[in-house]
Amino acid sequence: MIPLEHVIGLSAILFGIGVVGALTRRNLIVILMSIELMLNAANVAFIGFARNWAQMDGQVFVMMVITVAAAEVAVGLGIVISLFRNRDSVNVEDVSLLKW
Amino acid sequence: MPWDVVAKILFMLLVVMAAILPVITWIERKQSAVMQDRIGANRADIGGLTVLGLFHPLADVAKLFAKEDFVPAGANRFMHLLAPVISIVPAIVTLAIVPFGGLYVFGDSHWNLVIADLDWGLLYVFAVGSLATYGAVIAGWASNNNWSLLGSLRASAQMISYEVTMGLSVVGIFMVFGTLKLTDMSFAQDTTFRLLGFIEHFGWVDELPAFLSWIQLPTWGIFLQPLGFIMFLTAIMAENKRPPFDAPEGESEIVSGYHLEYSGMRFGLFYTAEFLEIPVIGMIVTTLFLGGWSIPFVPQETLIAAIGGVFGEGLATGLCMIAHVSVFFVKVIVMIWLQMTIRWTLPRFRYDQVMDLCWKIILPLSLANVFVTGFAILVVRSVV
Amino acid sequence: MIETIAFYFLSAVAIVSALGMVLNVRNTVAGAMSLVVTMIALSGVFVLLQAHLIAALQIMIYAGAIVVLFLFVVMLLNLRTDEFAPSRQPIVKFLGAALAIYVGIQFLGQIELGLPAAVETADDFGNYRMLARTLFTDYVLPFEMASLLLLAAIVGAVILAKRRVS
Repeated sequence: MIPLEHVIGLSAILFGIGVVGALTRRNLIVILMSIELMLNAANVAFIGFARNWAQMDGQVFVMMVITVAAAEVAVGLGIVISLFRNRDSVNVEDVSLLKW
Repeated sequence: MPWDVVAKILFMLLVVMAAILPVITWIERKQSAVMQDRIGANRADIGGLTVLGLFHPLADVAKLFAKEDFVPAGANRFMHLLAPVISIVPAIVTLAIVPFGGLYVFGDSHWNLVIADLDWGLLYVFAVGSLATYGAVIAGWASNNNWSLLGSLRASAQMISYEVTMGLSVVGIFMVFGTLKLTDMSFAQDTTFRLLGFIEHFGWVDELPAFLSWIQLPTWGIFLQPLGFIMFLTAIMAENKRPPFDAPEGESEIVSGYHLEYSGMRFGLFYTAEFLEIPVIGMIVTTLFLGGWSIPFVPQETLIAAIGGVFGEGLATGLCMIAHVSVFFVKVIVMIWLQMTIRWTLPRFRYDQVMDLCWKIILPLSLANVFVTGFAILVVRSVV
Repeated sequence: MIETIAFYFLSAVAIVSALGMVLNVRNTVAGAMSLVVTMIALSGVFVLLQAHLIAALQIMIYAGAIVVLFLFVVMLLNLRTDEFAPSRQPIVKFLGAALAIYVGIQFLGQIELGLPAAVETADDFGNYRMLARTLFTDYVLPFEMASLLLLAAIVGAVILAKRRVS
């Protein structure tokens, strides 16, 4: 039986790594991947809670999170491609202006 | 690990890797030769003995091992070496959940002829199959060659697209059998139903005449979900990237696609992965749509009861087990033959045609199939 | 016992490969492959936590579709190595790392408060039948809304990726 504390610890560490990636990297694709990592960290916590209290609700929430992640990636990568078409770059520093 | 699991793993690997795999490379050559009115493979000989060209697989292996293992300049060496392994592993581990026989009771011991009897078996097939994309993608990217890159772009787009339709086209099968467990599906297909029984159930006539009532079909997936069978076979063959769905390789356009920069046994691994997929596809299609190990019109209890009187209970169960395993592999061989025939009959699709077939034809049809199946199940449940 | 060892092993794999994804500045494809390893390890963790359907979905959707899309875009734009040097502003980098560590410590500080003991579960807890029953009874409205979200995402992606025809 895995203690809940350790599951949440894993979740927190992964979330922290995701935050570091999203804040320090400059490549838009890597930032999107870091966001995926954070969503996954949340999933781990949800699954751990679902197991701990023997409730299915946590797992249902994970399904919702996966749906949102898929939608986010589809739109996010579409934005990346149109950005690359216009600016020839996927570096977030090149798109810091609100209007151009 | 219990010994029976080890025995089952060894049996499956032995049959697939040592018996089926070398023979289908020979069948591929020989069948294409017959269909194109050629003589075909007959040159490889050991001491003047050719045996219909059956030594060709041996010659292939010897040649592939003897060739130079080439890594192009500028390639990512680690990824380049890893890619063929990634592409062959999913095909092998899929064998773990294929039930090649039923459940047999010998006194106290139960023989369940499947390596891992997972409750979510079919999802395992899809999960493992979705990882097969990485082999092609990484191979093309790591080769540092634009043709390879184009090939792996095509491979990733094609495989993601067909995974969607592959999943949706078997939803009808989930609904009909009400389970994801492959062993339960095999048991559910070990019975028969009266083809015209619905006339009685709807109350159109009180009782069918005997000769109409006599017309029976096994409850195989192919009879309950004929459209699902065609769509699933198309999608899973497109997943395998063999002709007519070989857009990622496309010899006439992008030279050879993602495995262009591979030579020797590393190329051989890609080739083996493609060939290994053929019996694996055959096994999955057999389990889902062709009744798995079941003998048509002779359910397991009937068979054991019929020959049990002559041989005794234990021996009859054993004979039944042998019969079921043989029937399963006969069906798999029929599916291999069908795939080979399709491969050598149809001209290859253009890349846009492959994608159109997936998104504009199979996807709407499979969604319609789900709705029609659900409606049919509702109607049947309300009258039976 | 084996469960516990497997959990720590898979956790270690997940954390190391997640670090590999974030810290690998030279090669985005290798970063994406590290993310795949994280996803597969987490799927193993989900199996240990009795979420079998979620584990299969994790591999099918995350590893089999989402990361392949990332790889597809990286290869389509033909982004090679050395284009992804991290920011030249060390202060931002330092503050980002410091914030992450602070948040992490806060998280870890919160969970020492003593959580209620685990409820015993049946062996078939978390199978697809149970999940489907919850999803299609208590959560049927969120489920329908998720489908609308997916539709909106499809439309958005098509509009974004379409070449302007004029």
